[in-house]
Amino acid sequence: MSSVPETSRIQGPEEVKAWHAGQIWQPPSKMQLVIDSAFRGLCIAFAALTVVLIVLLVVEIGAKAIPAFREHGLSFIWGRTWDPNRDVFGILPEIWGTLYTSLLALFFGSLFGVAAAVFLSEGYMSEGIFKILKMFGVQFHPFWGKLPERCELLLKNLIELLAAVPSVVYGLWGLFVVIPLIRPWCNWIHEQFAWFPLFSTDLSGPGILPAVFVLSIMILPTITAISRDALISVPPKLRMAAYGLGATRWETILGVLLPTASRGIFGGIVLAFGRALGETMALAMLVGNANRLTVSLFSPANTLAALLANSFPEAGAREIPVLMYAALVLLAITLVVNMFGALVLERAASKSEAK
Amino acid sequence: MSDQRPVQPKESEALLHRAEAEAERDPFAGVDFSALEHSIYRPRTAFSVILSWVVTAMTLLALVPLFAVLLMLIWRGGQKLSLALFTQLPPAPLEQGGGFGNAIVGTLIMVGLATLITVPLGVLTGVYLAQAPGGSKLAAAVRFSAKVLTGFPSILAGVFAYGAIVLVTGGYSAIAGGIALSILMLPTIILTSESAIGMVPAKMKEASIGLGATTTQTAWMVLLPTAMPGILTGVMLAVARAAGETAPLLFTALFSNYWIMSGGRFNLMQPTASLAVLIYNFSGMPFKNQVELAWAAALVLVALVLITNLIGQSFSRQQNLQ
Repeated sequence: MSSVPETSRIQGPEEVKAWHAGQIWQPPSKMQLVIDSAFRGLCIAFAALTVVLIVLLVVEIGAKAIPAFREHGLSFIWGRTWDPNRDVFGILPEIWGTLYTSLLALFFGSLFGVAAAVFLSEGYMSEGIFKILKMFGVQFHPFWGKLPERCELLLKNLIELLAAVPSVVYGLWGLFVVIPLIRPWCNWIHEQFAWFPLFSTDLSGPGILPAVFVLSIMILPTITAISRDALISVPPKLRMAAYGLGATRWETILGVLLPTASRGIFGGIVLAFGRALGETMALAMLVGNANRLTVSLFSPANTLAALLANSFPEAGAREIPVLMYAALVLLAITLVVNMFGALVLERAASKSEAK
Repeated sequence: MSDQRPVQPKESEALLHRAEAEAERDPFAGVDFSALEHSIYRPRTAFSVILSWVVTAMTLLALVPLFAVLLMLIWRGGQKLSLALFTQLPPAPLEQGGGFGNAIVGTLIMVGLATLITVPLGVLTGVYLAQAPGGSKLAAAVRFSAKVLTGFPSILAGVFAYGAIVLVTGGYSAIAGGIALSILMLPTIILTSESAIGMVPAKMKEASIGLGATTTQTAWMVLLPTAMPGILTGVMLAVARAAGETAPLLFTALFSNYWIMSGGRFNLMQPTASLAVLIYNFSGMPFKNQVELAWAAALVLVALVLITNLIGQSFSRQQNLQ
């Protein structure tokens, strides 16, 4: 680093002389004090900018939405039609679609996400590999002995990689792989159970089910990572006590570990819900962009984020404020959910520290 | 003990016999061992074993999509892979061949722009947070805002940049795209920098202050160099995330079929192509060539993102080794 003065690296006799001359420790000069306070001020200013940024985001989107709010009022939220030609706008189907797809994805994502977190935190994998190594008698070998730990880490990283794949790539995969794959099955289910509201339409292409499928894959890593942290931070003495009382492994997990970690897991699920609500590209490609209020899993629908992604690039001057209003509604929903999630996790952390 | 009468041989033999008899008698005769046995046929243990297998199966099932996506990308994108993809411009409808060289350049430029904005902001905020006194209200507010921003919908970053930059400057541009991406990168960099700087041993900081260094000198010469691997990990993760983002670019940078170098001049104030938007646009087209290009672009984008991720993880391993 160029800013490091030469005197701070003491190597040769020259530097030793400098050391004895007292050039290294000395009170800061006036110039250094000025630089110091300037730098501190800069740090505080940059930090404050983060808070300002959130306020700015809300104000900017809110201000742009005001004209539409004046014109359409709250009926915008209850309205069901979207017709730029007649100047009638309503986003109830989009709000419903956002919540419906997110909640369904949350259900599947948490089921598999928490299961994966239990699998990772219980060390099932290293246990199994250890047993296999023991069969060959190399469980303490300098190379093979490290294998269980390494595989465990690899698995954790693989699950985190699920989150690293861009959502537009998931959308592409869903469009050309998932939809053709599940379509015959879905249509068969529709023919058999058409009376059941969930299966009341056929899957003609994009629809809620493929969108939910991809969405749950995308939120799974968030839930797994946070749940795993929460499960690992459960004090080991609780587990020991449960085993000592004769509980089986799963009686311990269900009766002691999961309830103790429940706050952290819940926080993770709320944050994942926030992600699902705001997720855009996969939904814009897979949900079908139909302005429909439906519970059918196979019907096309729309979400707020997908509406913005699809309508914004081609929107006329009349539509822009309306879309800003829709963005404001999405902002309000996600901010509330995210703040709630962050608060829950903060509480969970402070509680486990207090123990 | 010396005045005690020595034990007679006959008496000791009797004692020995009694002890042997005692040992032969089963002390656990009345205990039902089958009740203590860990047989998997008893409902309690069977439940436990079955659930263990269920959880294993679910975890493996959760990884299927990752491998399915990667295999499909290699299979469908790999067929199309050639050098021309990186040097040519996107084709017009019904035209054969073509590539997405301009989209790669555009992605690199916008992500680079966003990195230039967020690294100073994020790292210095991290320095502040790591040094802030425990009860600081500003620090708590900043930390909370950063956590809320991590879950901020990417499309809203695009809406914000549209309102604040595109409408003000009067056109779609790489600058607007870069600013939209920087909003999404900022929280990752802040939070990872803070935790990396927080992990620097307190004695190093105290030694620096003890030698008369100012807070600034301590930050630049002790904290930042020591925490560098952790900070770089955060930066790499943020870069990887930004490179794959589509939604914030849709109506800030839009798309372009041309190179960003137009007429020998480097112009950041014009619509700019990006890999992610190219995938989105081409996947919706009814032309075979465009769909194939979308798969190839997805392969390139995922390779870019995963390599950046792996580099980031190697930095964090360095810090753990220290």
